Amino acid sequence: MTQKRKLDTKMVPMPSMAIVPERDVDKRPVLETRHLGIEFGGLKAVEDFNIAVGPTEICGLIGPNGAGKTTVFNLLTKVYQPTSGTVLINGKDTHGMNTVQANKAGIARTFQNIRLFNNMTVEENVRIGLHNQVKYGMFSGIFRMPNYWKQEKKQHEHALDLLSIFDMQDMADVKAGSLPYGAQRRLEIVRALATHPSLLLLDEPAAGMNPHETEELMENIIKIRDQFQIAVMLIEHDMNLVMGICEGICVLNYGRVIAKGTPDEIQQNPVVIEAYLGKQKEAE
Amino acid sequence: MKMSKKFRSNLITYALVIVAFIICQLAVDGTIEGFKMSRSLKGQLVPICVYIVMAVSLNLTVGISGELSLGHAGFMSVGAFSGIVMSSWLVSAFQFENELLRLLIAMITGGVMAGIAGVLIGIPVLRLRGDYLAIVTLAFGEIIRNVLNCLYFSLDGAKLYIGFNNPNLPGKVFVNGPAGATGVDKISTFVMGVVLILFTLFVILNLVNSRSGRAIMAIRDNRIAAESMGINVTKYKMMAFVTSAVLAGMAGALYGLNYSTVTAAKFRFDTSILVLVFVVLGGIGNIRGSIIAATVLTILPEVLRAFSDYRMLVYAIVLILVMLATNSPLLMNLVERIRPKKKTQVKEGDAA
Amino acid sequence: MISFLSHLVNGISLGSVYAIIALGYSMVYGIAKMLNFAHGDVIMIGGYISFCATQYWGMSPLMSVVIAMIVCTALGVVIERLAYKPLRQASSLAVLITAIGMSYLLQNSAQLIWGANPKSFPSVVNIPTVSLFEGQLLISGETMVTVLANIVIMIALTIFTGKTKMGRAMRAVSEDKGAAELMGINVNATISLTFAIGSALAAIAGVLLCSAYPALMPTTGSMPGIKAFTAAVFGGIGSIPGALVGGLLLGVIEILGKAYVSTELGDAFVFAVLIVVLLVKPTGLLGKKVHEKV
Repeated sequence: MTQKRKLDTKMVPMPSMAIVPERDVDKRPVLETRHLGIEFGGLKAVEDFNIAVGPTEICGLIGPNGAGKTTVFNLLTKVYQPTSGTVLINGKDTHGMNTVQANKAGIARTFQNIRLFNNMTVEENVRIGLHNQVKYGMFSGIFRMPNYWKQEKKQHEHALDLLSIFDMQDMADVKAGSLPYGAQRRLEIVRALATHPSLLLLDEPAAGMNPHETEELMENIIKIRDQFQIAVMLIEHDMNLVMGICEGICVLNYGRVIAKGTPDEIQQNPVVIEAYLGKQKEAE
Repeated sequence: MKMSKKFRSNLITYALVIVAFIICQLAVDGTIEGFKMSRSLKGQLVPICVYIVMAVSLNLTVGISGELSLGHAGFMSVGAFSGIVMSSWLVSAFQFENELLRLLIAMITGGVMAGIAGVLIGIPVLRLRGDYLAIVTLAFGEIIRNVLNCLYFSLDGAKLYIGFNNPNLPGKVFVNGPAGATGVDKISTFVMGVVLILFTLFVILNLVNSRSGRAIMAIRDNRIAAESMGINVTKYKMMAFVTSAVLAGMAGALYGLNYSTVTAAKFRFDTSILVLVFVVLGGIGNIRGSIIAATVLTILPEVLRAFSDYRMLVYAIVLILVMLATNSPLLMNLVERIRPKKKTQVKEGDAA
Repeated sequence: MISFLSHLVNGISLGSVYAIIALGYSMVYGIAKMLNFAHGDVIMIGGYISFCATQYWGMSPLMSVVIAMIVCTALGVVIERLAYKPLRQASSLAVLITAIGMSYLLQNSAQLIWGANPKSFPSVVNIPTVSLFEGQLLISGETMVTVLANIVIMIALTIFTGKTKMGRAMRAVSEDKGAAELMGINVNATISLTFAIGSALAAIAGVLLCSAYPALMPTTGSMPGIKAFTAAVFGGIGSIPGALVGGLLLGVIEILGKAYVSTELGDAFVFAVLIVVLLVKPTGLLGKKVHEKV
């Protein structure tokens, strides 16, 4: 098992089939997984999942329905604890961490089925995201200490700043639940960004959006990456989006990685065409 | 705009309490001719304050934190008994006669002890969810009552003796197991009750509009999303639960020191349910609603003495009807058609 | 030693009653995913109906049990239809509060009809007490009938849910309501059936409970109800053998705790057991683990 030893000792992108863009190759990857896997009662939902994501990379995780994509997200964010392997965030082992600690370590996510705080306003949703960025204690909150006013003001300004990425600052006082679908998806992204992540996980960000909105979303994802200098990993079925903005793509089928590479490589890969695109054609 | 709206709503709540207080005080003093409160109603003033605080504090757990607690009376009883013990000890040890200060110290003691109980109970309870959490709070409420039934306290000068299942204590025994506390100094006052209400409102309304309060509500609305935003679920659930317990303990001390005899049987499961009824009828999560419901439902049986047999029956029916009206899709559609402007009901505990 | 045996027998007798009540809780929880707080009060109604049947309407004890079962079955189905069915989609908090309201409604109705004073319930069992070890260990007729009833009910229910079409429908609905409906199972009828069976069992439990502990009051059912729920959780809610194991263990723990630790703290003991079980094994002794979907 010389290969295994090599994997364990190697610090930079792996496997060597570089899905990390050139500019990030000399930097430590923001996310690394090693032989990550989870079993549900004997069923291997994800198995031997190895990936490295560069600090400013946009990468895609694709695969047919039920391939285990969301499960990977749940493993990365520690909603599920892996039954084998491990996840490294910024080189730090996340073994034994919970979701909260994973977030603090630098991972933020959105959800496939939107999970906003529907009864709260748009601004409050973002403020929840800022929870660990702008801090004051319970007692300053109750007894309205000077610190409360200072931090609340900071939080308010911060929240509006973040909302302005998607031009949503005018909706700050609207209840999140009453937003149109596309705006809810955008708000989820803003809320995740507010936690100041180094890796943003987007679970089907374009689901339910029209082509125009998707186009806008693509621009915004790139804008976010450039402005915040963070990595983005996304699950998406819209191939235009995936092929359009992802620098590296990882294809999952039956819980296993079947291919990795640049969009061009993936489009040429016969295994992918057979397992994924071929299947899609059948379905159509 | 938004802040001012909330601020205005909070001001109305405070104003409501203060105006009600002034009217009651005028009626008690009989300053205005022909406007005088009956004796029985006067006796209800402190209990009304107590129940308002109980309802508002339970609303923090049930409405704002979204966890159904069926053992709120347990914290009240802890507060009542520790308040009584503290008050009696102060007199016996230091000949401390200032009633107002003694009441204040007793209430703080009650709050602290109930808070400790809240922490101890919260650690196991808050690991559970939904119905299981509710049933365990009920279990704890009953355990507290059972334990209080076994407690004996006596005073010998400055010395305080505690006996468990053992009434043979030196000095004067004043907490007597199942027979409860006897010969309690009745030092509770209506003014103090109103102060406690205002304090409770201050704590809860300010908590809700702060970072911690938002975290608590985020966990209620969507636990998984809150966790992935880096919010420590246990910490904030605990914060709400313990704050609620502390306030209930303070209310309990006020309640305990309002009667000459207090037994643990007064803090049965029924009392927890009664307070829950106030919260539900006032609107889950609606603080002002809790205040109004607690007041009306405490006065009503006094006014309608003739119906006292039917009181609990009516409560039960109203409770069911309110739940059906606010939660059944059929009735909700009907209500919405009649009142199209009505805001949608706050949805509870959508954790899954 | 003999006194321990005697306590053990009492514990098993009480535990059998708990097990029968726990079955009702467990089946309803398994299918409707709700905690039917009013279940304990259906027991009390069963006790009163049987009491009236023997005392006022001059029926035989056996007939009184049958009448109690019929009334409770009807009551259970009516409660489900009126109060719980409209709340299928509502939050569990709303359903639980409604159930608490229903419990209060039953208790207070009973108080208005029969008064708050305890009634002395005549035992429906007229089997003589068996005396063992030269009269040192007495096993009453009630105990024998209770344990026997418990065994018969358990076997019958296991066969019913395992082998019959309706039993299979019940299991299907408890697994997945939506899928069961698509398979042509009448979900509403199945839930009603579950409530009917649970309530009929509650009637039997009520009669047995009152025969052993003859003071019948409007609040008679609430404590045993809560404890039986504890038993159901203890054994693993939704599981028939779980209800049996949980009920028996809880009965024995309660009686032994009262005998050897403290009479005052008997109930506290039971609740402490519940808390410990939930913390160590949240799904109970024989329960299944469920995953939360994200």
